[in-house]
Amino acid sequence: MAAGTNTGDAAARRGETEKAVARFFSNRTAAAGLIVLGVIVIVTILPGLVTRFDPIGMDLPASLQAPSAEHPLGTDSFGRDVLSRVLHGGRVSLGVGLTARTISLILGLLAGTIAGYFGGRLDNFIMRLADITFAFPTLLLLIAIMAVVTPGMGALSVALGAVGWAAMARLVRAQILSIRGRDYVQAARAAGAGHLKLIVRYILPQCLSPLVVVFTLGLGMTIMAESSLSFLGLGIQPPHPSWGGMISRGIPFMRTAPWLTILPGLVLTLVICSINLVGDGLRDALDPRRLVPPKGGRK
Amino acid sequence: MGRFIARRLLLLIPILFGVVTVTFIIMYVIPGDPVLSLVGERYDEETLDRLRGELGLDRPLALRYIDYLGRVARFDFGRSFVTGRPVLDTIQERFPRTLALAGAAMLIAVAGGLAAGAVAGSGRVPWVGKGLMALTLVGVSIPVFWLGLLLIHLFAIKLEILPPSGYGGGSIRYLILPALTLSFASMATVARVTRAGFLEAGSEDFVRTARAKGLGERAVMGKHVFRNALIPVVTIVGTDFGSYLGGSVLTESIFGWPGLGRLIVQSILRRDFPVIQGAVLFMAILFVLVNLIVDISYGFIDPRIRGEGAKE
Repeated sequence: MAAGTNTGDAAARRGETEKAVARFFSNRTAAAGLIVLGVIVIVTILPGLVTRFDPIGMDLPASLQAPSAEHPLGTDSFGRDVLSRVLHGGRVSLGVGLTARTISLILGLLAGTIAGYFGGRLDNFIMRLADITFAFPTLLLLIAIMAVVTPGMGALSVALGAVGWAAMARLVRAQILSIRGRDYVQAARAAGAGHLKLIVRYILPQCLSPLVVVFTLGLGMTIMAESSLSFLGLGIQPPHPSWGGMISRGIPFMRTAPWLTILPGLVLTLVICSINLVGDGLRDALDPRRLVPPKGGRK
Repeated sequence: MGRFIARRLLLLIPILFGVVTVTFIIMYVIPGDPVLSLVGERYDEETLDRLRGELGLDRPLALRYIDYLGRVARFDFGRSFVTGRPVLDTIQERFPRTLALAGAAMLIAVAGGLAAGAVAGSGRVPWVGKGLMALTLVGVSIPVFWLGLLLIHLFAIKLEILPPSGYGGGSIRYLILPALTLSFASMATVARVTRAGFLEAGSEDFVRTARAKGLGERAVMGKHVFRNALIPVVTIVGTDFGSYLGGSVLTESIFGWPGLGRLIVQSILRRDFPVIQGAVLFMAILFVLVNLIVDISYGFIDPRIRGEGAKE
């Protein structure tokens, strides 16, 4: 009997997923966001597709050239191709962002599950820790952490990931509290399922959609925070390219070579924008009840 | 109401305690010896020991922690490694400027956000509403430091109508660009929330009643819909206050605004840990207090909140 319901579940879930995918792609702005993001991800993973220049090696005679056919985004003060640096910087930004979100997800899942499932004093303690994390302005907390550690990609990912744990934990906990008491969970418990099996098999799969949404929406914020830290010199260190760092080092040349600050920022904004569009689209597709009627209530 | 406020105040104690503890941990437990970074590359063991003694770094961690708690309770944030001045003095000198910047930004965000949200939410001019909503997406996605540089590029370098940076002795001309920069993300959020409030209120019974009793559209919008949409904006301003503080670090460094945010960046470059610690702690406590005030004022505006607080 158990096997029968399982396959039924799986089929139902697959149907739901298909519907959600259809809903997502019927949302034109979300689909556009996904396409833009996809293109950017592909060219940052394979920069060789669009540029043959080295992002780090210097070519001083070619410094501060305006955008041209040879260098579509111009060159910086060391004669490095800006397009190549933007692409390599994007790889770093996206990589750090995804790593940090994964760290937040793991920490949040652990803490939120323990708090929500077991409750009691442990729950109280974990949630107070979350309150304390929320009590700090996020960027300020990150600045304080990165000011004392040796900056670099690893430290940056861990700091960004650690700071994001609380939001994930609150979400997981709330989901678990609402699922824990459902009939099918009770039935599974009565049938002798242990804690671990109950959590992993019956409860967590139900939390998947909100987690996907929060993971995506948080990715935009994380990349923004990463670039802010790199802008302040607390993130990715030169000579490695990063969007924030490129913008920061372009400032002295704003009058003579404005593309050095404007173009990397444009790509950065485009990436965050499309991640946010995808996140909004996912939220609407996975939870249609929250859809706001497009025309409002009038007439 | 009295019990609601008392409860909120009680909750404040563990939070403040936690904030102070986290700041302590970050500055003293995380790898990286402040003394080593203080003396730089060239040093001898004798100087190191002397400095450690002066800063009390040779004592056990638990003692230092208790000592730190005591000092923070007396608002003693220590002295700057670099200038030797008490950190609190510097904060008192810098903070009013950050407050002026954040206050101006908040004013712009609320006024601009309400206006944009009302236009988009009332649905009068659909294409303007759509354009405004697209702009709010950009608003929440654009990094504050890049926006600041764009504004400098446009208004100070190309058009030459506003100064690119500086404090100008508090002249309003110097305030405009940084305040606009700092306000942008929050303005977008306020606009989104206001629009949502308008759309929601449009289908509420009390609005239909107001229309049914023959109230003009202007009065319905102004008196009923707008007021109702105002409530969540209060929360936004509270939660966004943290991004004003964090954003002020970026905005102030770009515009050379001599506030707390710029102080933090300068202190990081000089490895002046007591100043970083003091300024971060000060801002975090401020953020906690602002959220407390928002919570309490929310209880005044909406009686349902009080009930929820008491039930828990």
